[in-house]
Amino acid sequence: MAANLPTHSQVQGGIGVTEPSTTHHDEHLHHDEHHDQHWLFKYVFSQDHKVIAKQFLITGIFWAIIGGTLSSLFRLQLGWPESTFEWLSPFLGKWIEAGKLNPEFYLALVTMHGTIMVFFVLTAGLSGTFSNFLIPLQIGARDMASGFMNMLSYWFFFLSSIIMFTSLFIETGPAAAGWTIYPPLSALPQAIPGSGLGMTLWLVSMALFIVSQLLGGVNYITTVINLRTRGMSMSKLPLTIWAFFLTAVLGLLSFPVLFSAALLLIFDRSFGTSFFLSDIYIAGQALNHQGGSPILFQHLFWFLGHPEVYIVIMPAMGMVSEILATNSRKPIFGYRAMIGSLLGISLLSFVVWAHHMFVTGMNPFLGSVFMFLTLIIAVPSAVKTFNWLATLWRGNIRFTTAMLFSIGFVSLFISGGLTGIILGNAAIDIQMHNTYFVVAHFHLVMGSSAFFGLFAGVYHWFPKMFGRMLDEKLGYIHFWLTFIGVYLVFMPMHYVGIAGFPRRYYAWTGFDSFSQFADLNKFISAAAILAFFGQFIFIFNFFYSIFRGRRATENPWNSTTLEWTTPVLPGHGNWPGEIPAVYRWPYDYSKPGAAEDFIPQNVPYSQTQSSNLPYERDTEE
Amino acid sequence: MIALGILLVLVLLLVVFGLLFRIQILTSIFSGSSAREIGTSNRVNAILFIIFMIVGGAAFAYSFIENYGKMNPPIASVHGFEMERLFWTTMIIIGIVFVLTHILLFVYSYKYQHKEGRRAYFFPHNNKIEIIWTVIPAIVMAGLVFAGWKEWTKITGPAPKDSVVLEVMGKQFNWLVRYPGRDQKLGVVNYRLIDATNEFGFDLSDKSGLDDFVAGEIHVPKGHPVLLKIRSRDVLHAVYMPHFRVQMYAVPGMPTKFWFTPTKTTDEMRAQLGNPKFNYELACNQICGRGHFAMKLNIVVDEPDDYVAWFAQQKSFSEQNPDVLANFQQKSDKLVEKENASAAAAVVTQAAKASL
Ligand code: HEM
Ligand SMILES: [Cu+2]
Ligand SMILES: [Cu+2]
Repeated sequence: MAANLPTHSQVQGGIGVTEPSTTHHDEHLHHDEHHDQHWLFKYVFSQDHKVIAKQFLITGIFWAIIGGTLSSLFRLQLGWPESTFEWLSPFLGKWIEAGKLNPEFYLALVTMHGTIMVFFVLTAGLSGTFSNFLIPLQIGARDMASGFMNMLSYWFFFLSSIIMFTSLFIETGPAAAGWTIYPPLSALPQAIPGSGLGMTLWLVSMALFIVSQLLGGVNYITTVINLRTRGMSMSKLPLTIWAFFLTAVLGLLSFPVLFSAALLLIFDRSFGTSFFLSDIYIAGQALNHQGGSPILFQHLFWFLGHPEVYIVIMPAMGMVSEILATNSRKPIFGYRAMIGSLLGISLLSFVVWAHHMFVTGMNPFLGSVFMFLTLIIAVPSAVKTFNWLATLWRGNIRFTTAMLFSIGFVSLFISGGLTGIILGNAAIDIQMHNTYFVVAHFHLVMGSSAFFGLFAGVYHWFPKMFGRMLDEKLGYIHFWLTFIGVYLVFMPMHYVGIAGFPRRYYAWTGFDSFSQFADLNKFISAAAILAFFGQFIFIFNFFYSIFRGRRATENPWNSTTLEWTTPVLPGHGNWPGEIPAVYRWPYDYSKPGAAEDFIPQNVPYSQTQSSNLPYERDTEE
Repeated sequence: MIALGILLVLVLLLVVFGLLFRIQILTSIFSGSSAREIGTSNRVNAILFIIFMIVGGAAFAYSFIENYGKMNPPIASVHGFEMERLFWTTMIIIGIVFVLTHILLFVYSYKYQHKEGRRAYFFPHNNKIEIIWTVIPAIVMAGLVFAGWKEWTKITGPAPKDSVVLEVMGKQFNWLVRYPGRDQKLGVVNYRLIDATNEFGFDLSDKSGLDDFVAGEIHVPKGHPVLLKIRSRDVLHAVYMPHFRVQMYAVPGMPTKFWFTPTKTTDEMRAQLGNPKFNYELACNQICGRGHFAMKLNIVVDEPDDYVAWFAQQKSFSEQNPDVLANFQQKSDKLVEKENASAAAAVVTQAAKASL
């Protein structure tokens, strides 16, 4: 925060200058005039989108460490199922029974790992951070449409985090029915202890989480639609903004369905209804529930669940597009096709959910329909990949750490996306469903790629967030360790999956068919734990550089988008003076005839006569 | 032991941080002054991508081939062969795309690394290429959908009339198996009638249930269609039989089904694999609680004659549990006699022979 000082005064200098075109920002400016805010409102209950973004980021990093630790624990069990884990009992207490991990706790670990990574890290941590940070800065707005709602969005997330975190420590253990919490397992404490208080806390936490998502989403959408600066038409938006915008739309339309599923589940659990339960005899007792359907829950869950995977990946796609273009010094190839494919993916992602349910007993005709729709979604995904490759072609590539992670993203997205074509084929999915093949698929295409997008974003926008640079050499080491590590973990997982090894197995030692992979499992576990430790390089780099990193310049990557026209550390209101107007698209890199190899969006065509294409001229002024 | 673990972690952390610090120092020496120039690291990273591609690709190919044998559970059902063909065809297609796109990705990264004085080629779009690379994947996908759809409708279509029928019921944490007996009809069950002896919840006032028998493992005849009726009595489970390429959820309150035709007896498979201990296994593949990972059942594929013999030996549930039967004030006299069981065998033998 030390680097804050010089620019801070600039902000105040400019704050009085209000131009007519931005009157809707007056409240923010007004707000900043009493700038001697209590620190509590400046850094904690802040309504500044940049502070909120950092809050999301740091909370996300916290959750990533927890999520990673949980996975290291269950990988230990999978890699060395015969060994004793007595040495873990100081940490895990009664969950170590006679040197063995409790099988129910194993399931709890898997469940919490999935929940934390999908929702708390890759949804809140990723989209929460970058939608918040970049939307106002890249569209040229002083802040979000509603700073207050934005603040609430974080604090709902915070509350939800506290509850989820608490659930890790309760007597009966956290939720343990898988991150997809299928009833009846999740509805009946008799079935597994985690479905007692742990599940209640899970549901309450997720309900709050959804509120946070909706508050954030409404805000992002409103901001993108209403607060774009002069000249920033939708067809001049950076792809990041398109991605955040569509992500928010997806979230807004699908999270309420998860909310309703959670609500009905709460009813079944606590008030004796039978939405999802029927004909159950458990723990020596026949229950009174009749007429419900566990499959109905799955429809509701995946109606969110599938869009959710795109909610996770689209922000990463947007940022990667931006970073690839900037560091190839080339326009993103096929800007319109990129937007089109984002739109296509968004639309299609609502009509493929039942590909998670091919073998649930659903009508086979529905299976056919969903197979058809699922394989269509591979087309826009392929288009995006080809466009990224074409962006690299004949570029002049600078390998910043962000660029490395973006290239890594493309690689992982290809590797994981391709196996989706196998799984989307209902006939093949009969064999592959719920095996490690699925685990490998989604860890590559969603887990790892989205993490790579997240890292790319942090390395790229860190200078604008903290006014300092991350250490590049540490970044390189971090990248190569992670890139190699991820492949070492998830490629072999396919083999295990093709052999039919089921996921969520505490041990495979009882089955002849699966026990031949002992060595491979050990290898995967070792690689996973090493790759996890590699992440501490990043964490060190991150916190070290916030305070001691090399000072950043305004536009360290010679980028064209508006956030780089702000001071090194933009204050509340973002631009000290007038908000720049926009004249051109965001990808004028290496334009023939131009003096520099980039022309920022706020440079009018009248100033770049030598490089203008025939149809390019300023429309106003 | 505890101390050892903690020590290990600490040492690891120390090593990592030591490394960090050294690097940190070196960095500051080398780049202290040069603000944002593109140095040798650019070249190093470009080369690393090529090395990654070659070494990674080779390692992947090697380990794939190495594990190929283990990867493929031997196939033992008719549709399994079709499914396998579909799987590997798709694998080859995506394998080609995987290799090509990765070569482009890494070679471009290397080839177009920053060079002083070079300018990138301003190439924002090209409609022709974009249409081509939208249409080609669309066509390939259409082909795959069509092939998959044909197979899927065949597999999920109605079971042949003469199928051997049996019922598998999932419970925490094992599988219960029931055969329809001589009359080829599964009797009515009701979850409210379940108790420690009547695990299925037989409703013995239904006559067709009187000859039903339960079994400790699944027996099916080779070469004959088998229809599995699947149910669960508590939480979700899934019947997963990797060798037969069979999977279907067991859902409480909603019976499901799956049919397949076994192609190799257990003995044949043992001979083929050179493993006298081999057994076909049924695994639970839907998280169901503490014992999920151990919810296993053996499946025996018999020659039709052996199957018939086995079938004939089984005693019906009602016969084995007369007290349960007595509890249902049955309206008719006891039907189940040994001779009936052998009549059932005759029916099955006929059906099996007809299908061979
Ligand atoms: C080429 C496009 C894709 C296709 C055709 C595809 C297809 C599928 C199918 C059919 C399944 C279900 C497999 C099963 O459970 O049997 C699946 C699982 C999954 N996919 Fe994809 N997928 C694609 C891309 C993606 C992307 C881009 C993401 C995330 C960013 C993703 C994330 C997931 C996740 C998280 C699961 C597993 C959920 C679970 O069961 O826990 N997929 N995919
Ligand atoms: Cu999906
Ligand atoms: Cu199970």
